Order: sequence, then structure tokens, then C-alpha cells
Amino acid sequence: MATKGFVISRLPGFNPIAGLVFAGLYLPIIILVIYSFNAGRSVASWEGFSLQWYTVAWENDAVKAATVRSLYLAASAAVISTFLATLAALGTTRRKAFGGQTFIYVMINQPLMVPEVVSAVALLIFFAMIKQATGYAGMGYLIAAHSAFCIPFAYLPIRARLEGMDMTLETAASDLYASTWQAFRFVTLPLLLPGIFAGMMLAFVTSLDDVVITVFVKSAGQDTLPTYMLGQIRRQVTAEINAISTVLLALTVLLLTLFVLLTRKKD
Amino acid sequence: MSPAEQAEITRSARNGWLLSAPALVVLTLAAIGPLAIVVAYSFMPAGEYGNVAWGFSLEAWQGILFTKDIFDGSLAWADANLTIFWRSVKLSVLTTVFAFIVGFPTAWFIATRPPKARAMWLFLITIPFWTNLLIRTFAITEIIRKEGLLNTILLKLHIISQPFEMIYTDMAVFIGMTYVYLPLMVLPLFASLDRFDMRLLEAAYDLYANPWQVLRRVIMPIVKPGIIAGSILVFVPSLGAYVTPRLLGGGKNMMIGNFIELQFGQGRNWPLGASLSVMLLIIVTGALLVYVRYANRETRNGH
Amino acid sequence: MKKLLSTVALLLATAGMAQAAGELQLYNWGDYTNPELLKKFEAETGIKVTVTDYDSNDTALAKVEAGGSGFDLVVPSASFIQIFVEKGLIQELDLSKIPNHKNIAPEWMNVDYDPGRKFTVPWQWGTTGIGVNQTAYSGDINTSAIFMDPPPELVGKVNVTPEMGEVLALATMYMGGKPCSDDAELMKKVRDKLLEAKPKWISMDYGMTEKMSNNDIVASEYWNGAMFRARLANPDVKYGYPKEGFPIWMDQVALLKDAKNVEEAYKFLDFIAVPENAALISSFARYANGIAGSEEFMPADMKDAPEIVIPAEFKDKGVFLPTCTGKAQEYITAIWTELQK
Repeated sequence: MATKGFVISRLPGFNPIAGLVFAGLYLPIIILVIYSFNAGRSVASWEGFSLQWYTVAWENDAVKAATVRSLYLAASAAVISTFLATLAALGTTRRKAFGGQTFIYVMINQPLMVPEVVSAVALLIFFAMIKQATGYAGMGYLIAAHSAFCIPFAYLPIRARLEGMDMTLETAASDLYASTWQAFRFVTLPLLLPGIFAGMMLAFVTSLDDVVITVFVKSAGQDTLPTYMLGQIRRQVTAEINAISTVLLALTVLLLTLFVLLTRKKD
Repeated sequence: MSPAEQAEITRSARNGWLLSAPALVVLTLAAIGPLAIVVAYSFMPAGEYGNVAWGFSLEAWQGILFTKDIFDGSLAWADANLTIFWRSVKLSVLTTVFAFIVGFPTAWFIATRPPKARAMWLFLITIPFWTNLLIRTFAITEIIRKEGLLNTILLKLHIISQPFEMIYTDMAVFIGMTYVYLPLMVLPLFASLDRFDMRLLEAAYDLYANPWQVLRRVIMPIVKPGIIAGSILVFVPSLGAYVTPRLLGGGKNMMIGNFIELQFGQGRNWPLGASLSVMLLIIVTGALLVYVRYANRETRNGH
Repeated sequence: MKKLLSTVALLLATAGMAQAAGELQLYNWGDYTNPELLKKFEAETGIKVTVTDYDSNDTALAKVEAGGSGFDLVVPSASFIQIFVEKGLIQELDLSKIPNHKNIAPEWMNVDYDPGRKFTVPWQWGTTGIGVNQTAYSGDINTSAIFMDPPPELVGKVNVTPEMGEVLALATMYMGGKPCSDDAELMKKVRDKLLEAKPKWISMDYGMTEKMSNNDIVASEYWNGAMFRARLANPDVKYGYPKEGFPIWMDQVALLKDAKNVEEAYKFLDFIAVPENAALISSFARYANGIAGSEEFMPADMKDAPEIVIPAEFKDKGVFLPTCTGKAQEYITAIWTELQK
């Protein structure tokens, strides 16, 4: 192992800050997990250990359906937006500036600049027209809306990765008579993967968190976890949501472990 | 320029457009196109119960800067709107800067782990965000509220004698937004740091550069695209933030996102909501264009 | 040929029946519908009810007005019923299909916004008043002065809900006017008083059931049902009815004009007008309903709860909030904006 790289890459004070950041990120999560085992009704005062909220959540069909719907929606939106964003990033980087490049850039980032409620109202009106014209009121609208506002979240990390990525490798590949596709598949894509991965993660969590647009776009029977929870705020938020979040977290950690184990085997 | 070169440039531009086209189509249909409706609404009179009435009116645009005093009908500066705008910009800038200050060391930390461990650290950054934004915000409340974790610990350790009144302040909103948007800073920073060649550091140190110089002269120029991406990803959503100010700010002080929402909701002034949004859009687009141009020029000069 | 026709007729009939036994789309406030109620309804009729949530009347209105989302029933507040009617979004009910309509309590039958209940069936009703933790302040709490002129003990400790209409109504009545006033002089006073009071508030937030239960907040302008639940958790919490006047609100179920499952919707409307079922609604969200005879099926702790049953002396102080229009609405929005800058 190149221990030299380690010493050299150490900048004073960086590791403690990173440590604090991780601690800060996880503190609220730990609290939310602890309160999922609360015997009391509240998410804010501890009244003893109990598994009741897991039972409650499990027996609540509305919550279960909302959870599955949220995950399905986030996964679809992440895949679609990352695919589109990757193409667009390849199209807008590492080539001579061309007419309209800035225009494309602004277009792609537009969803970031519009307050959610504005897009929400615009989409409400626009989609309602289509809903009435076609009679279709399925999940397609939510998927389309989420995919669109996730594009910049996927695009920016991919672009950041592409920019300044060494072009010599690709040139070398073409010199060796690799087709454009081959050069992309075997040279560019592997180098680009971390960016694509980061982009997809961002898109996924962004979609998972969205409240306002979903509220306005959803049709009958299309509540997601956040919209379900928004409805609870005025009344009382129960630890039921903590229980679901904890289960989702556990699933994530499980998937992560599997992922790590699998990739290790490949090596 | 030879015809061949000319053709090459044309081809490159055409491919650029072709590759971007699918994303542009989806964006046009499900994000940007519908905004035309919003622009149109900003030029219409308000409907009695929300929505708009048919017709043409500039009242909504006038309403951004001036309010007709509701009592004597005289025109005056809309200082309420301006105060809200200013608070939003201030908090968003603070959030972006702070997210960068703590996000950069974190991204650096991840990028300097052995390759196999990096994926795991990246996951660790995003895992908290697999839980719902609302519930995360409630968890933050639990930490900073008056009888919350932070105050309890500080009191027990006799670091403070009076509990901090942090919840329901701008400070709470700032903390909440930094928490929520931090990964949006760390991930792009990581993406650009990940391909950073550590041998450059070696070279710099060999030339007797100190860590600060290394940071400024060697690392910063290379991770610039990441910084730009990260600050856009943090700044813009902060500016339009809705949930965090509503829950952590205690609703006493609005941010622009809440203010616009008010117009489309209880305020029943959709045109004003629309004109405020278009205004925000223009400001952000302008700032972004300047920022990107400036940043690109810097990079080019650096080469 | 005859055979074919009858087969087709049979098919159509069964298709129609399948639909009739099928489903119903209810668009209601979040966390407001008792799952038990829906289970019972499905057991009795075979109709599966899907609930979709909203969190404000304005969202519901905007969405229903845009159309095409496939909802059958919606549950707007009293002040919104006239808007829904005027815009032609809800349809007049065929009362012959709702035999239990007669169960609607007399005082809820002829309401201003829907005389004779031709458009709606009551869901729940409540009041907006003042919740105070008695350990923090033991003076008179039956007044809006708690948040408009907080007593020294409560300065910097009062919460106010972020509900424009209700807060302005309480404030206007406190200053001696009627809700939705367009009297400029009066509204100016209301504004000045509110601006003076705001620095003495701790927050403008929801979630008081918890926060008053665990002593985070000791006083708030809030809804009766929530304060009732807070008292069950924390006996020090008491609910006051402002003697200057307080809003009474009611949410009721209306049938949308573009409803697809009309027959099912009628069955549901009839179902919730049965006292036993109305009591089920109340036992969940803890507000009263408008169905006569439901009291005897209510949870015991609700029957004589001072938060649910308005004391005789305050009964005539309760006011149904009208729909503010024109100048009055302009005043309200302007004051609210200034209040939150």
C-alpha cells in the first residue's frame, strides 16, 4: 500500500472536521431510531421501550402502500434522470464551445431555480389538462415530474466528473481503431462511473424527499410517504413514521453490505 | 480554418445537441414548459378565491416592489417583500458557505480513503437521506429544542447556565438547511476530488509549498467544477426552501419559498405568487450565468 | 342474436356491478379518517375506499378545480363550501339516496353556507380557542388577550397557529369587529395590535398536542380537539373560549361533479350519517360530529369534555367564519404578510 499517499494527502484539521460532520449527520438519525422504540405516542418525549409502532405501521395499509410507492417512484425517477443526465453531460462537456451550449446548461439547471411550489402549480394545471384530455391518471405524471426535477441533481456530479477527465485515453483508444462506442464503453464509462453513481444517489434521495410537487401532481390514491406525513403535521406526528424510517434505514444498510460483499468477491 | 476542421466542429456541435435532446425534451414537458403558464399568470388579475381571472394586469409586477397602502391607497415601498427576499438570500449564502467549509474536508477525507473504502464512506454520507426530510427535521428539533439533547448536555457539563433559545430562530433554519443540503455539496466535491492526482501534492511539497498554498494553488483550481456544482446545488434549493423554515423557524419569519406558497394558498393572490417566482427565477438565472462565466474564465486562465 | 344480446347485457350488468361493488376515492385532510370506519364500510358494502391526503383547503380547491385527478368525495371547511358551489365543483345531493340524512342534528341542518344540507354531510366540527398550561399562568384564559396582549407571565411563550383566516378572525373580534371586516379604521387597529403582539410570541407553528404535553410550549392559540388530547397527556393544560368571540369550524363531505363512483359515494354519505359510524369518526380525531344521537357511542372521556362541549356561557360567542372576499381578503393578506416579514 502506498502509505506515502496518505501522509501527503493529509491536510491539517481536515480529518477532525470530517469526523464532526459524520457525527452531526448521524446524531438526528440515531435519535429517530431510538424514538421508533418509544412506548409513548409522541416523537418528542421518551416513555419507555416498546415495539408498538412497528406493529402499528405494519398494520397500516395506507402507510405501507405509501412507502412502496415512494420507493418505486424514487427508483424510476433516479434511473430515468441519471440516464438522460449522462447523455446530456456527454453532450455538453469536452467539446469545442458550440452555439446554444449555455442555453442547454441553463435549461438543464432550470428545475433547481424554480421554487417547488411554482413548478407544482404549473404542473398541476398542465397535467390536469392532459389528465382530462386522455383520461389517464396513473403514476406516469409523478414519474415524469420527478425525473425532470432530478435531472440537474444527476447532471451536475456527472459533469463535474467529466470535466477535465483526461481525454488522452480516449484518443489513444481511437488511435487503436476502437469504435466510438467501444471507446465509450471500455474507456469513458468506467472512468465516469463514480460520477454516475453519485448522480443517481442524489437523484434518488431528492425524489424521496419531495413534498410540494408531489402534493400537487398526485392523483387519487397516490400518496407518498412525505405527503402522508405532511397530512399528520397539523394533528400529531406519531412514531409510526420513525418505525418505517428505521426499517428503510436497516434495508439500506443491508443492501450496502451486500453490495460491498459482492464487489469484493469480484475482485 | 480548413473545411475539414469546420466540418468537425459542426459535427461536434450536432452531437452535443443530439445527446442533450432527450433530457431537454423531458425537461420541456415536465418542468420548463409548464412554467410558461406561470409567466402568463403573472400578467393576469387575481381571481376572487385564488386562481386567476381572465384579462391583462400589471398589478402583480407592481406588487413586487410597491404596495398600495391598504388603508390610504398611497403607493409605498413593499418593505415586507424586500425584507423576506433579503433574509432568504442571506440565509442561503450562509448555508452555502458553511456547507462548503465543512463539506470540503469531508469530501477530501472520503477521496483520500483507499479506493475500496470510498464507496462505503459515500454511502455513509447518503444513508441519513434515505429517511424522510420531515422526520429528519423533527429529529433536529429534538436536539436543539429548549429541553433538547444539546441543552441538556451543555447544562449538565456546566458549560452554560441557561438553556440556549435556538429553536424558532434564523440560526435553527440555518443549521437545518446546512444539514439537509450538505450531501449536495459533498458529492460533487468528491466527484471532482476523486480524479485528483495526489502526485501533484508531492510535487508541490517538494517545491516547499505550505499546506495553505497547496490548498489554494494546487487543489482549488482542480476541484473548481465540483465547487461550482456544489454551491449551485446548495444555494438554489436553500433559496426556495419551504419545509425547513416552516418547521425549524417556527413560522414566525418567512423565507421567499414560504412567501410564494402563501400567495398560492391562503393569500389567494396567484398572480403575485407568479410574478415573485418569475422575479426569483430571473435573479437566480442571472447570478448563475455570471457565476459560471466568471468561473470558466478563471479556469481557462489557469491553464 | 338474442342470445348474444343477452350475453352482452349480462356482461354489461356484471361490469356495472363490479364497479358498483368496487371503489371510492375520498380526498380528505391528512390523518383525519379512521381506518376502522373504512374497514366497517367495506365489510358492509364491499366498497373499498382509498383516501388521499391534503393539508389545506386551498390545495384541495386548486386540485379539484384543475380536475382529472379522479376523486369522488372531498371534505372542505365551511368557509369553502360556497366557493365549491359557486365554481360548480360539487353537485347537489339527491337526498332520497341518503335516508340517514335525517340524523343530521337540527343545529347543523340549516347552516348559512348550505341551508338544508343540500350539498354536504357533516364530518367533524370544532372550535379555535386558547390552550394554557395552568402552572405557567392561572388567570382568566377565556380571552384572546392571551396572545393579543399576553400577560407578563406568558410574554415570549405563546404560540399562534400559522392559519391566516382564523388568527385574523380572532384578532378582529378581539378589537371589537366581525370576521372579514372591510372597515379600514378597524383593520388598521387590528394590524397595529398584531404587530405589537408578535414579538411576544415564541412561534407560529402546529404540533401543539405534543409541545403542550411535554411543556415545550405553555400557551397557544389552537384547536379544541388537540388541546383535549394534550390535556389527557398533561392535566395542567386547559382550554379557553375567548369571550370576545371565537371561530367555530366544520368540515363536511361533498360529492364532486366529476365523480366517477357516484353510487358508492352516496352509500358512503349515508353510512357516515349513522350515529354509530359518526362516533367512530369522532373517536379517531377527537372532534365532535354533527350527527344527532352519536354521543352515546362516543368514547366516555369525550362525552362531557369541556373542550368538546362548549359551556353554555360561551355558546353565543362562537362564530362561523364566512368566506372573506374583495377588500376584506386584501386586508387580511396584507396584514398577514406584514406580520411575517
